[in-house]
Amino acid sequence: MLDKLKIPERNYLNNGHGLASWLLTKDHKRIAIMYLISISVMFFLGGLFAVGIRLELATPAGDFVQADTYNKFFTAHGVIMVFFFLIPSIPAVLGNFLIPPMIGAKDLAFPRINLLSLYIYWIGGIFTLYAMLSGGVDTGWTFYTPYSATGSNSNVVPVALGVFIAGFSSILTGLNFIVTIHRMRAPGMTWFRLPLFVWAHYATSLVQVLGTPVIAITIVMLGVERGLGFGIFDPTRGGDPVLFQHLFWFYSHPAVYIMILPALGVQSELISTFSRKTIFGYSFVAFSSLAIAVFGFIVWAHHMFVSGISTYAAMVFSFLSFSVAIPSAVKVFNWTATLYKGAISFETPMLYAYGFMGLFAIGGLTGLFLATLGMDIHLHDTYFVVAHFHYIMVGGAIMGYLGGLHFWWPKITGRMYSEFFSRISAILVFVGFNLTFFPQFVVGYLGMPRRYHAYPDEMQVLNVLSSAGASVLGLGYLLPVLYFLWSLKKGEVAGPNPWGASGLEWQMQSPPLTENFVEVPIVTHEAYEYEHVVAKEKHLV
Amino acid sequence: MKIFGIPIFPDQASTFAADVDALYFFILATCAFFAIGVAIAVIYFGIRYHKKHDGEIGARIEGSLPLELLWSVIPTIIAMVMFGWGASVFYHLRRPPAEAMHIYAVGKQWMWKFQHLEGQREINELHIPAGQPIKITISSEDVLHSLFFPAFRTKIDAIPGRYTELWFEAQKPGQYHIFCAEYCGTNHSGMIGTVTVLEPAAYQAWLQGGAIEGSLAQRGAKLFNDLACSTCHLETGQGRGPSLADIVGTTVSLQDGSSVLVDEAYLRESILNSQAKVVKGFQPLMPTFQGLISEENLVALIEHVKSLSPHAAPAAPAATPTPAPAGEKK
Amino acid sequence: MSNAVAHADDHGHAHAHHPALQHHFDTMAQQKEAAVVGMWVFLLTEILFFGGLFAAYMVYRIWYFDAFAEASRSLSLFWGGLNTAVLIGSSLTMAMAVRCAQTNKRSATVNWLILTMILGTVFLGVKVIEYADKFEHHHVPGYNFQWAAAHPSTSLGAGEAAAGAEHAAPGAGGAAAEPHRELALNADQLQLTTQIYFSLYFTMTGLHALHMIIGIGIMLVITRMAWQGKFDEEYYTPVEMAGLYWHFVDIVWIFLFPLLYLVERHV
Repeated sequence: MLDKLKIPERNYLNNGHGLASWLLTKDHKRIAIMYLISISVMFFLGGLFAVGIRLELATPAGDFVQADTYNKFFTAHGVIMVFFFLIPSIPAVLGNFLIPPMIGAKDLAFPRINLLSLYIYWIGGIFTLYAMLSGGVDTGWTFYTPYSATGSNSNVVPVALGVFIAGFSSILTGLNFIVTIHRMRAPGMTWFRLPLFVWAHYATSLVQVLGTPVIAITIVMLGVERGLGFGIFDPTRGGDPVLFQHLFWFYSHPAVYIMILPALGVQSELISTFSRKTIFGYSFVAFSSLAIAVFGFIVWAHHMFVSGISTYAAMVFSFLSFSVAIPSAVKVFNWTATLYKGAISFETPMLYAYGFMGLFAIGGLTGLFLATLGMDIHLHDTYFVVAHFHYIMVGGAIMGYLGGLHFWWPKITGRMYSEFFSRISAILVFVGFNLTFFPQFVVGYLGMPRRYHAYPDEMQVLNVLSSAGASVLGLGYLLPVLYFLWSLKKGEVAGPNPWGASGLEWQMQSPPLTENFVEVPIVTHEAYEYEHVVAKEKHLV
Repeated sequence: MKIFGIPIFPDQASTFAADVDALYFFILATCAFFAIGVAIAVIYFGIRYHKKHDGEIGARIEGSLPLELLWSVIPTIIAMVMFGWGASVFYHLRRPPAEAMHIYAVGKQWMWKFQHLEGQREINELHIPAGQPIKITISSEDVLHSLFFPAFRTKIDAIPGRYTELWFEAQKPGQYHIFCAEYCGTNHSGMIGTVTVLEPAAYQAWLQGGAIEGSLAQRGAKLFNDLACSTCHLETGQGRGPSLADIVGTTVSLQDGSSVLVDEAYLRESILNSQAKVVKGFQPLMPTFQGLISEENLVALIEHVKSLSPHAAPAAPAATPTPAPAGEKK
Repeated sequence: MSNAVAHADDHGHAHAHHPALQHHFDTMAQQKEAAVVGMWVFLLTEILFFGGLFAAYMVYRIWYFDAFAEASRSLSLFWGGLNTAVLIGSSLTMAMAVRCAQTNKRSATVNWLILTMILGTVFLGVKVIEYADKFEHHHVPGYNFQWAAAHPSTSLGAGEAAAGAEHAAPGAGGAAAEPHRELALNADQLQLTTQIYFSLYFTMTGLHALHMIIGIGIMLVITRMAWQGKFDEEYYTPVEMAGLYWHFVDIVWIFLFPLLYLVERHV
């Protein structure tokens, strides 16, 4: 018979009160909470711009907003969602909170640098928001020259500066994770006993650390071109506008792996926990994360097949682009095999995991169309591409984030949320998402280009379907805000391990102590051993 | 193709559209196979292995090397097939046939300007004959644009300072979309037009109705004089610059010992960056016209020079031997 | 693989530990290793950061070699060489500072650090001289840039290098200090393409100078800590880490110098 569970008296949330104790904290968990609030604000702001886009696209004529305004909408949507939501999301919230306990450490290697990365994120965000509010930017999140350097008369430099600054936040987070994972593991926690969530974040951190500096310098070059009149990309002065594209995509392609790899790590945790079975092919899944990180660096010019690169270069990059598909496929097959002879249940996190499987699979598979040269000529810069990356970024990364949030919420807050409303929300997100983005594959193949605010009449029905889906999707995203907030005061007390999950983080109290563990754990068994979990639970009862 | 009146598939209006679509359906079928396969598996397992009682855990199965190899190798092979097929379609899309009819296009914010060799100039409209390969050479006057014909399944970016090209052969007479497919500012979505494919006879009729200013090459000849090219490039070859007669398609030796093929790119470079590749035996005296000549005039000049090499390049316009305006044949 | 000592029980202060040991680490050794790995990862990001500029440089140098050669020859070998010597010297003084910190020699450490900062400041001063010279000669892109006009190191003087000379005799248009071969670009083309060289020159050396300024700032902090006696044999990590950063900035210059100053120079 269990005693009624209570929130532990001493925990990281009540260890120090007042604004200063939060703003000057060194506790990775408090920093994670502050990131959670910040990126949620950014998410809804980016979502607002998406609403504007879909409202305009419900009719063929450009009649909702002016052309320049629309261009600023999709630029704002892209910049905010990519740089201020997706790239930080899972690492800065879940990674920050969970990596130290998952490896048995008290904190990250550099707590003050962790806090610094939060400050830098805020400063970058403020610059960008200022630029948006004082006139906006209309270059698209890709800032292609010559338009961004000499053509546009919008606030390019402040937004570029905001993105530049935010990049350092990303670099510092990655650096912190790498050192932490290398040097702070508890006794007995060998590399191959690490949760796959940690492997995924290690791979992500490598990409963050190696790739982000390149976009930083690219932005510097764009800045001096535009602000000081240097002529690095200006064709009238012998410069090459396509050079910008090479430099830009050298980061921005690996960046998409920064956005998805952590979600792939979350997926491993969810599938394993809710089938109560170890991940099939652990080392293959671990190495596939590294493989994706490495291959991600050698495929950038597949964004440039029609930009005037040579036929030979196009062939090389197309060939290499297929290489990234293989480790992703390996993961999907291993997750599927994990379910075989599992003991499966469908709490909300598992609903998200199932949705993720399907949507990530579709998103990844549609990438094959774009890697295929003869196909990409037709599909490049159409809505097919838009649909492809939204399937991965939203159907994949965001569902991974939400699934993780629902999974670890009890650990973070000590409370359970309403299972009923969370399941409804998961279903709304899945249905709304597909309705929004699947028609975009079709209208893209028809030829509808990206970044159009007016389009030929015959494409209207597909666009209306998409806009209708967006409203369902939006509702699905709003619900969690309500029931998560509600749970903070009224939710059932969770206890240390409501899911029966493995992993050192579930041995902490919920919410955890500031120092995470009362005594440093010594690890004696492999990851995902549910016999061990069951034995422990029986002990407590 | 339409379902309940809603278009869901574009017209196949070019000779290679069907090739592209075949590739598309192959990839679609493969992807559908895997996506549906995984979906069925996870749903089936979710039902079959649903947890039956509290405390139940799954079987201890750690992995299987043969399975890992199977599902790495098979996707790799499929990927290679996709790559190979796609590369071959791509190669075809990027190699205009020798007999392609030549058209010039210039993208500028926010319109497409097309120029036929016979002199017609069109804005946001393009009239072409069916059954004739067409090669379009494209440049931009300002920022990046991209010329996209969805019904033909091809596009290429328009880059300032450079020429790019695409080709197609339209089969079905009709009207199809032209789009700009690279974001270029305020009126990017207004930079659209219509390509009208006509039966060859109708195309000839349309041609007759148009040309007022004379052919592109004739305009170029006028420019050749106005810009004083004729003062150095004497036909005799005794001028300060080499004679341009019969020069196109030949290989000339340069001052530094290397040699170069005289094609449109070399002609363009010589006009804009005259000191770069000077012909052997001549002084580097030619001024540059960078910034002094518009894209349209540049193209007219090049056409004029090409017209001085009547036996050279292969590209002949539509086979009907109409007299002027297409006076200088190629 | 962890070096963490298994204090399975308490983490309290029952045993004395070094005052600089942060509480999320178990030992000084672990803390130092974390700092070292962290600093090397950071330097890796810096390599990628400068790398983008080096990539752009590489592309344009191949395309416009003559412009790069001409422009490079207009830079002062004296000042560039002096700066190289100054920076290498400052790396020596930095290494001495680390050694002294390691052997617990407080005032020697402070002195070597001060010397390093002085040399760093000399470097920056020379850069000011060079930049001022560029402004005078209109070699700043986007700001009244004129290549052909005032050419500093040519013996032909300003009048010869006639701006916009249409039919200039070979060599005069891009009047090099050592006109030993004919150039493929004339005055107008050089006007365009040398701008690219100077855009890269200012961006690369400017970014490098910014890193120097930050480095000197870091040195100030480290010097103060040394003066306050915060370092000993067991804990001199900040000095060592600052040293790594300083050496890195030095190495970047060692690449910049030949790439920017020594293009087709003949003694």
